[in-house]
Amino acid sequence: MSTTEPITVNLGPQHPSTHGVFRMRVTFDGEEIIDVEPVFGYLHRGSEKLAEERTYTQVLTLTDRMDYVSSMLNNQAYMLAVEKLCNVEPSPRGVWLRMIAAELQRVASHLVATGFLIQDLGALGTPLIYAMRQREYILDLFEMLCGARITNSYLRPGGVFMDAPDEFWPALDKVLNDIPNALDELEELLSGNEIITSRTQGVSILLPETMVNASITGPMLRAGSVDWDLRHRNPYDFYDQINFQRPLHSSSDNFARFWVRIQEARESVKIIYQCLERIEPGCVRPSFHDVPRLIRPEPGDAYAAIEGSKGELGFYLVSDGSIAPYRCHVRAPSLINLTLLREMLVGTLFNDLFVSFGSIDLNMGEVDR
Amino acid sequence: MTDFLYENVIFRLIYCNLSGSSDKCVNEYGYVQGIFPAGFEWLAFLLAGFLLAFIFINGILGAVILSIWGERRLYGRFQNRLGPNRWGPWGLFSSVADAIKVMFKEDVVPSDADRLLFNIAPILMVFPVFMIFSVIPMGIGTFVVDLNVGLLFILSVTSMSGLAVVIAAWASGNRIAIFSGLRAVAVLISYEIPMALSLVGVLMFAGTLSLGGIVEQQKIPFILLQPLGFFVFFLASLAEINRTPFDLTEAESELGAGYLNDYSSMKFGIFFLAEFAATIGSSAIITTVFLSGWKGPDILPSQFWFLLKLVIVLIAIVWVRMSWPRLRIDQILELAWKGLFELTLINIVATAILVTIWPNPTMGEIWIMAGINWLVAIPSVIVVGKVLRRKDNKTIQAGRDNEPYPVGTETLAPSLVNKVGEK
Repeated sequence: MSTTEPITVNLGPQHPSTHGVFRMRVTFDGEEIIDVEPVFGYLHRGSEKLAEERTYTQVLTLTDRMDYVSSMLNNQAYMLAVEKLCNVEPSPRGVWLRMIAAELQRVASHLVATGFLIQDLGALGTPLIYAMRQREYILDLFEMLCGARITNSYLRPGGVFMDAPDEFWPALDKVLNDIPNALDELEELLSGNEIITSRTQGVSILLPETMVNASITGPMLRAGSVDWDLRHRNPYDFYDQINFQRPLHSSSDNFARFWVRIQEARESVKIIYQCLERIEPGCVRPSFHDVPRLIRPEPGDAYAAIEGSKGELGFYLVSDGSIAPYRCHVRAPSLINLTLLREMLVGTLFNDLFVSFGSIDLNMGEVDR
Repeated sequence: MTDFLYENVIFRLIYCNLSGSSDKCVNEYGYVQGIFPAGFEWLAFLLAGFLLAFIFINGILGAVILSIWGERRLYGRFQNRLGPNRWGPWGLFSSVADAIKVMFKEDVVPSDADRLLFNIAPILMVFPVFMIFSVIPMGIGTFVVDLNVGLLFILSVTSMSGLAVVIAAWASGNRIAIFSGLRAVAVLISYEIPMALSLVGVLMFAGTLSLGGIVEQQKIPFILLQPLGFFVFFLASLAEINRTPFDLTEAESELGAGYLNDYSSMKFGIFFLAEFAATIGSSAIITTVFLSGWKGPDILPSQFWFLLKLVIVLIAIVWVRMSWPRLRIDQILELAWKGLFELTLINIVATAILVTIWPNPTMGEIWIMAGINWLVAIPSVIVVGKVLRRKDNKTIQAGRDNEPYPVGTETLAPSLVNKVGEK
């Protein structure tokens, strides 16, 4: 008579597929996961505390480094909060420009997520490189806009740092033409590959009630056929002038999460085309008379949230009338989406652990801040 | 007992040039006079044997170094980049540089490790792989030994690599490595059965277990006569050498490096070497058994044709590795027991019937047999694939209907609404 006992394995913080420095204490019964205990904080840099000692413009550079895969979206969320706090009237061209930048960043972020899915499934880098190649072209566009590729700091209160150079527009057209083909390629790889579909479909199913109760947002929620998109529910910037679909999937498994991301990237391209139709010449930011370089908002607080690439990304700022925020808090979608990790993983096999984990599309820079 | 050595071209060449006068070295002019005086035949025998082993082992090592380089170049091509191109022409020496680097690294043995087993495991891993090559005919007269039980020898020797992986995993004293070892047991043992059974059809046609004999019996390559056997054997050998889509043991995205986690320096190097040598070894077996080995048009030497076929099989394996993700462990075991095992049984029955009908087939009858075997193979692969896929389709339906879940500012999840109301 032999007895078996569960084995507890420490995965991370140094591990090839934890998307950063994440640690999980996982208890296995054979290959089956029976318990997961996430341990995070290894990338904590105290961004929120650091923000209290910087001026409102300087905090912008901290937001770049939170979710370093979608800096433009972080910038946008922070700037919306600052504008709300100071009652700044943004200049239209600046808003259109930052919407274009944000949607490009969303495509780039979803490409990274999908590429790393196939990497986590065990393909040795080939599909990942195909996804990253398209992202490179988008980063080249960012380089034209603001000189930086990852840590952009492109936005300013009421608009953007500077107007796009002339060569940006033809380059943008070319990238927008290429993205749908790249997405087709990726989608064909996802839904056309027997191994990928059989490994992702029906794994880590989350019920919509559970996800709503855990306040999960973003593509993860929409993969469970919950129609919740802040761009549609609570339009910020000029999203109320734009028509776009919100792709939903009914099965709420790993496959659905990635399918929704690819469809969403397609919609982003359509949104950018609509922005290009509506954008008009003008100033890209209010004059220094309206928004001084050193902002001193009235005492008060403001919360602004956008639909980030991972979910609802919100910034809560409290001002005491000085040049630095009294308190800055980030509602980080990566961290909050992580709360259902145990529900997702328990009952699945070791092989699916990192696939399910990656399907949250979390970024440790944002989880630990 | 040592008579087989004299059939080897290289051994004969060296021995006959050294030994004084031996009855083994006779040509049409009589005895061949070698360098050594008479009475030193035993020295010539030893030296020739040593040189043969030297050439043989170093040939394998060189082939491994070249195959690592070639694989990296191919990875580069598949991934839209250049690949290694710094060291030597086309980066040819990059894996030599790697080998030197590995040798000079610090050799770490973890404190939890079982020292004896930890040190034995790499040796256990690499020896069987070298032994595979000893029975493979690489051309006319280019083999170490033509065993009359060659295929059985290969099957029994390759099963030792599973043991080595388990020992390495256990001796590391590392939980992640133990996972890798347990997976290796499950996968390697499961795939040995279809691997052995897929060769039964070949044996029925060839009537011999000797690899040289099998090559000579192939009037047309056995891949045409035994499509199912080739299909199963190819997949099973991918599993045996831990290649994608069956690389569970060394699943990089899950286990880091699996049982290799705690190995460093040359012990790691030996594992690495064994892995690549095993890839070449199984390509060589596939070439010999299914692709008619060294046979080819007479314009080029037989060794060339063997190498050409070997490289083609190697490229196919690399191609699979570059484009496919990994399977889950339950899917891998299901494929072995519910898919490949049944396919080999179908193949054995079909081949047995064919061999009973045509015991001594003419060329025309061989082609008819090939046609019938293909007619059996394609539908059975399709049917088995459909049966395997059926379970997955059921699990997809486990999700919800297409109705969007109602949310809005006023509709929260029911449980949440109740809680708010109570307060």
